[in-house]
Amino acid sequence: MRAGRVRRVTATLQTRPWDTEERRELRALVRRFTEREVVPSLPEWEDAGALPRELHRRAGELGLLALGFPEAAGGEGGHLDSATVTEELILAGGSSGLVAGLFTHGIAAPHIALHGSPELVDRFVRPTLRGELIGSLGITEPGTGSDVAAITTRAVRDGDDYVVTGAKTFITSGTRADFVTTAVRTGGPGHRGVSLLVIETDRPGVHRTALRKMGWHCSDTATISLDEVRVPASNLVGPEGSGFRQIMERFGSERLSLAVQASATAQRCVELTIAWARQRETFGAPLATRQVVRHRIAQMARRATVARTYVRDVFLRWEAGGEVVTELAMAKNQAVEACDWVVDQAVQLHGGAGYLHGVEVERHYRDARILGIGGGTNEIMDEVIASRLGLDG
Amino acid sequence: MNIVVLIKQVPDTWSERKLSDGDKTLDRASSDAVLDEINERAVEEALKIKEAGDAEVTILTAGPDRATDAIRKALSMGADKAVHVNDEAIHGSDAIATAKVLAKAIGTVGDVDLVLAGNEATDGRSGAMAGMLGELLGWPSLTHANELTVENGTAKAKRETDEGTSDLEASLPAVVSVGEKINEPRYPSFKGIMAAKKKPVTTLGIADLGLDASEVGLAGSLVQVDSFAPRPPKSGGQKVEDEGDGGAKIAEYLVGQKLI
Repeated sequence: MRAGRVRRVTATLQTRPWDTEERRELRALVRRFTEREVVPSLPEWEDAGALPRELHRRAGELGLLALGFPEAAGGEGGHLDSATVTEELILAGGSSGLVAGLFTHGIAAPHIALHGSPELVDRFVRPTLRGELIGSLGITEPGTGSDVAAITTRAVRDGDDYVVTGAKTFITSGTRADFVTTAVRTGGPGHRGVSLLVIETDRPGVHRTALRKMGWHCSDTATISLDEVRVPASNLVGPEGSGFRQIMERFGSERLSLAVQASATAQRCVELTIAWARQRETFGAPLATRQVVRHRIAQMARRATVARTYVRDVFLRWEAGGEVVTELAMAKNQAVEACDWVVDQAVQLHGGAGYLHGVEVERHYRDARILGIGGGTNEIMDEVIASRLGLDG
Repeated sequence: MNIVVLIKQVPDTWSERKLSDGDKTLDRASSDAVLDEINERAVEEALKIKEAGDAEVTILTAGPDRATDAIRKALSMGADKAVHVNDEAIHGSDAIATAKVLAKAIGTVGDVDLVLAGNEATDGRSGAMAGMLGELLGWPSLTHANELTVENGTAKAKRETDEGTSDLEASLPAVVSVGEKINEPRYPSFKGIMAAKKKPVTTLGIADLGLDASEVGLAGSLVQVDSFAPRPPKSGGQKVEDEGDGGAKIAEYLVGQKLI
């Protein structure tokens, strides 16, 4: 049996267009990549606190990093292909932490691909999609999270350059990043003063500190301080003052990606728990024969499947261009809720083994905790939903 | 150079494999079907030759409708086109009958220089196809190759056995079967998967090959399965009580079995 392999239960909900012939093959490709090139080394990368660059190059070679990006920027395939990869990476024994570290470009590079100059696309997007460069997105600051319009990192124009001063924190892949797509204030207060600027991390004045986290250990995270960093004005993505709008455009895909990660993690934990319950014997019979255990697993499977079905449905409507802001928030919270419960039960049913470092459900338990915090907390999602329910006035 | 790679769709070795009770042939419906891994190595070897020079790689298989999945996989790795012999009459063919079908099908591809195959499929495990094809085509066959170089109309192969290494050489056209150690096959990339959809697959029946139904299938086979039984469960084995001499007793046992 290959490392990390367990019997699939309802792993592929066989609904089009998630289950076309090409996407089945894409799944097979990702499964193989994950089983052979990820699972054996994942514990080592978790301990090291970061993914090796070579993994990005391999994923780039296989075309996995280009999915969902426009062809004009070196991309291929669509968002559905990209979501298929996310799902399968987790279902085949990877983790949401792996997705966060390996696919950081999914939040760091789209703005450049869509609004950047051809020169910026050539310098940053294409090599990133080939896995040669690593990018990060720098929005959050020590004093600002989801309130993007309140950022204080300043970029002051000086001739052909901007001089940037401020700090960014919780930056995924920040210790390894070659460039950071950074939200900076080029104008006055409020959202109209926000711009996006690509800052190369080898510029003088960029200082990075690694942050240790509860989970997502293979995904490095940094605080980045920017001390009078001189950046050419040609690194600006889109016009001055368009940063806030560009960032808002992308929040949907980030939330959906997290929802997919949550529902896939839940599904994986259902499958791991079934494999465990069949194999583990207590008092002379497998756990899987105990009604308490059977029913608990039935509930885990139900919650995981319902979350996944809803996430997939919202995903399709989002990709078709529908106005689904409320549903996106609902999908993320629904999937996170299912995932939180399922990973907890998975650890519980694994007994002492589930509490051991190195056992897969233990990793998912820790990794899952961020999914209801990153990309907009559960509370922010609830506020998004509440504000659209007609509660006011 | 014109290369034909033989592939076979087999039941996933990871799933439960069984024979059907009726005609005692492989029960294909009961397990997941995959491209046999040894065939991926044969495809990889063909693609390496193609990348080093100029070659067209044709995938050839005999199998039912669902074998198209295995064909597509090989095409997505980078092969150029495929021939799929798909005919109800082939069902139940033994190794010789299958070799007849494949030899005829190779004839439809044109001037073939090299036929590559895996040395043994994980289902039937006859391990005879390359030899039989060589015989039927009148070409040399180099089997169990763990290294292959093709240049100037010659194929050179290394075959490793327990006794040592044999260096084999033959003029083209030739049939070569590859072993597990020959290479590490590539995965298809996303681009490869999308490109495979557009590559030509020719489907042929046995009539297209000039064969008669009586020459193939269960009726045309010399070998048929009369009966089969599942592998008996493992017996308890032999227990050695360790009274301070456990190591010596185990060594004695292994010597007795001629294992050491």
